[in-house]
Amino acid sequence: MIAREEVLARIREALDDVPDGERPEDVLVERAYRQHDDASASERVARFAERVADYKAAVQWVSPEELPAALMRALHARGVERLVVPPDLPAAWRPDGTELLVDGELANDVLDAADGVLTGCALGIAETGTIVLDGGARQGRRAITLLPDYHLCVVEAAQIVGSVPEAVAALDGAARERRPITFVSGPSATSDIELSRVEGVHGPRTLEVVIVGEAEASH
Amino acid sequence: MRAALFVTCFNDTVFPATGKAVVRLLERLGHEVDFPVEQTCCGQLHFNTGYQHETVPLLRRFVRVFGDYEAVVAPSGSCAAMVRDYYPRVAELAADEPLAAAVAALVPRVHELSEFLVGVLGVIDVGAYYPHRVTYHPTCHSLRLLKVGDAPLRLLRAVRGIDLVELPAAAECCGFGGTFAIKNADTSMAILADKVRNVLDTRAEVCTAGDNSCLAHIGGALSRQRTGVRTVHLAEILASTEDDADPDGAAAAVQVEAEVGEGTG
Amino acid sequence: MAGAGFSGVPFPKAARQALADTQLRRNLGHATATIRRKRADVVGELPDWEALREAGRAIKQRVLRHLDSYLEELEESVRRAGGLVHWARDAAECNQIVTEIAHAHGATEVVKVKSLTTDETGLNEALAAAGVSAIETDLAELIVQLGDDRPSHILVPAIHKNRAEIRELFRRTLDVDTGGLSDQPAELAGAARRHLRRKFLSAKVAVSGVNFAIADTGAVCVVESEGNGRMCLTLPEVLVSVMGIEKLLPTWQDLEVFLQLLPRSSTGERMNPYTSFWAGVRDGDGPREFHLVLLDNGRTKVLADQIGRQTLHCIRCSACLNICPVYERTGGHAYGSVYPGPIGAILTPQLVGVERAGSLPYASSLCGACYEVCPVKINIPEVLVHLRARVVAEHRAERRLPRPEELSMETLAWIFADRRRYELAQRLARLGQRPWARSGRIRRLPAALGGWTEGRDAPALPAQTFREWWRERERDRAREREKQREGEQVRQRISHGDSHGNDSSRHDSGGKEPE
Repeated sequence: MIAREEVLARIREALDDVPDGERPEDVLVERAYRQHDDASASERVARFAERVADYKAAVQWVSPEELPAALMRALHARGVERLVVPPDLPAAWRPDGTELLVDGELANDVLDAADGVLTGCALGIAETGTIVLDGGARQGRRAITLLPDYHLCVVEAAQIVGSVPEAVAALDGAARERRPITFVSGPSATSDIELSRVEGVHGPRTLEVVIVGEAEASH
Repeated sequence: MRAALFVTCFNDTVFPATGKAVVRLLERLGHEVDFPVEQTCCGQLHFNTGYQHETVPLLRRFVRVFGDYEAVVAPSGSCAAMVRDYYPRVAELAADEPLAAAVAALVPRVHELSEFLVGVLGVIDVGAYYPHRVTYHPTCHSLRLLKVGDAPLRLLRAVRGIDLVELPAAAECCGFGGTFAIKNADTSMAILADKVRNVLDTRAEVCTAGDNSCLAHIGGALSRQRTGVRTVHLAEILASTEDDADPDGAAAAVQVEAEVGEGTG
Repeated sequence: MAGAGFSGVPFPKAARQALADTQLRRNLGHATATIRRKRADVVGELPDWEALREAGRAIKQRVLRHLDSYLEELEESVRRAGGLVHWARDAAECNQIVTEIAHAHGATEVVKVKSLTTDETGLNEALAAAGVSAIETDLAELIVQLGDDRPSHILVPAIHKNRAEIRELFRRTLDVDTGGLSDQPAELAGAARRHLRRKFLSAKVAVSGVNFAIADTGAVCVVESEGNGRMCLTLPEVLVSVMGIEKLLPTWQDLEVFLQLLPRSSTGERMNPYTSFWAGVRDGDGPREFHLVLLDNGRTKVLADQIGRQTLHCIRCSACLNICPVYERTGGHAYGSVYPGPIGAILTPQLVGVERAGSLPYASSLCGACYEVCPVKINIPEVLVHLRARVVAEHRAERRLPRPEELSMETLAWIFADRRRYELAQRLARLGQRPWARSGRIRRLPAALGGWTEGRDAPALPAQTFREWWRERERDRAREREKQREGEQVRQRISHGDSHGNDSSRHDSGGKEPE
């Protein structure tokens, strides 16, 4: 632990201009930025859908009654035969006619060979078109949304918050529980070759989002 | 108003026409101009090159020379910025509290020309006449340190006869940067190449700015390449009238003196 | 880039070479212009951008002023979450820690997520020397590594390579079948994906950097685009994350500021594709072992300089690179260090010593554009000028003989200190320019000033300085006033004299009308 003591000693010496009595809270941090989004619920959902679509992810907005059929149509259109699902996926979401690989420590090879994965999420961020996974309900562990090439994600309209500060606040509980959290904003991408953006390198190259909400879902 | 002219060592020695133009202009607008002869240099060169202690005596001198004036006007964004933005820091370095206080009192009274005209005198139309196609380069100090905003453009737009054309990528640096132009001449030239290209694209006859240092750099390339475009300081355009339209324009352009027996030169 | 700070090649020399590389100029000019536009668009969307910048600056200031207690808090939080914390005083110590972890697990290969910090310490070379190969998994880093090259941009390291070169490289080096591979970026990315997937699925140990570490929860955050980060952070058994000690944030809430500042400033997006947060280890989800390495390697020296300290606010977004007129033309290699551009010009000299990297603080025209775009408000021009003063002080401390530049500057200062000296110098300069001034312009300046005239004419000194003109004008005006006064007096005497009798003849000589 010599290194630790030495580094800390160097730091204290470097900071000899900081008054002894000063506490971290004494350094003023003005938070004049927006911390709440004023948009209405339907505006939020619309913006979320628009911004997710900006990343070249397919989006649709359906009513709860329409959801199972919408999921099946998506999976069928994609040609998914082997679908990974988290163990707590709602029965209503489980599609017929597809082999379900229910995760309970599925091997990486199995995940890699699957045609896709279907999950819910922790929340959505309208401002940035982001889906947040926190390993909670209907999401499963991280590897299942990472290895398959196609991710079909259900976002409930009520899960969509307006802004990043609201999302961070909403995740405070998960953070305190030390749950791993992943922000997903579109399929993976790189602009490393002459700056032309290429969708899909390592994560799922296709992300499809189904927003499910009441009444307003008339699209 | 009685204003002291802080002409700057560079203008004093290399571009006196700019200083003369400021005098002509302010007197035309009905103000008195004083030129305290004890002024020499603000110390920007030394400070920016790393010779901060050498800057202190120059700061003291400046405060002594200009301290009593209600307004100090400089036809130079970089020199005005040196005083306004860096003199407080230099005074701190000198650990001289009375000096720091004197600097703090003087700094708000020091202005670059266009901010003086628009911000202090409240004038946009200075009665100028300048029938040329002109493009304006906002120098980095004026743009980012002094934040003169659109004052220079508003002044130029009010000039009679002017054909003012917008400079593409105007906010990009010209590449001068003081000693940078010499220590890093290659990079300076590479940056300048794009500024020159943008100037030429406007088809302007004249490129203007509030700093002769940048103009000497831009103009130096325009001249070397025989582009047929010249640089003229903002003050000289604003001082121009029908009666003495650009009297020193010839000085800003290349004076080709006939030299006996020059032959092929 | 092998660690060990600075290449030793002075910037002007390295720049001269780089400026002549037409492909670099083209690619980099296009890349930086594109990212600038994107950044401007997404930043323009946020009405509270300036408030976010200010909060970012203040949070970083708070962290730095109390860095010791925050690091202790972080260590405790990570331990509570089941992670192990190591402290490294310098690059060698850091590399040793990582190597020992790889050896302890019998790994001969590790997969890596791009990490400037590990480039700084020269980790890959150290691992190789110990029989462990480090596989870079970011596409650009992969390209750079396969080509045995060096990165030229923080964010787009392979920007100096075009697609044809990349295809050639892949055909030569990738482990997968590359027959019939075209140079279309999508296909190239596909080849890289296949090549790397095998590595991800088999690697036991992964090494990453850290974008943010949260002191109160112990969470560590990695911001990325391609998904290779998620692969490395999730699949292997063992994860080692190397972090500069300044990369802390005090609380989870503080992420709300930085998750907005970073993506918009770096790639010009509202949000980058993937951001991962984890704390320690989690049963049944991800690595079984997590190590966090806290690295000093000169950061405490930066911390000790009250003006230089703000350099440690940096979140490695590269916005300053993309807006810098110098960087845009010279590229990253010219800066001779893993940290290029404006941030490199201030960070590298402070890490390795101003005497070793003394040309970097001068590699700037001080235009200030970097400061305008820095999301954490590092006043880069201020630090550059401050470091120039340190370079000069360093030279003075070391040498017994002053350099020519120093002599000139001292002489100039002496001249400016006295009006008469200054005026004499003006006259001498005007006289002295004669051999060089032709036709009103100077085509070649002598000696050290020659750099100017390599591509520019210089103005000749005019026949009269401003102050000479002023003095003449003042003399003329004084004479005018004098004449008017005399003329006035004469007129008064004449009119006086008329009323008292004819005395005008006596004043004829002085009584003429003023001319």
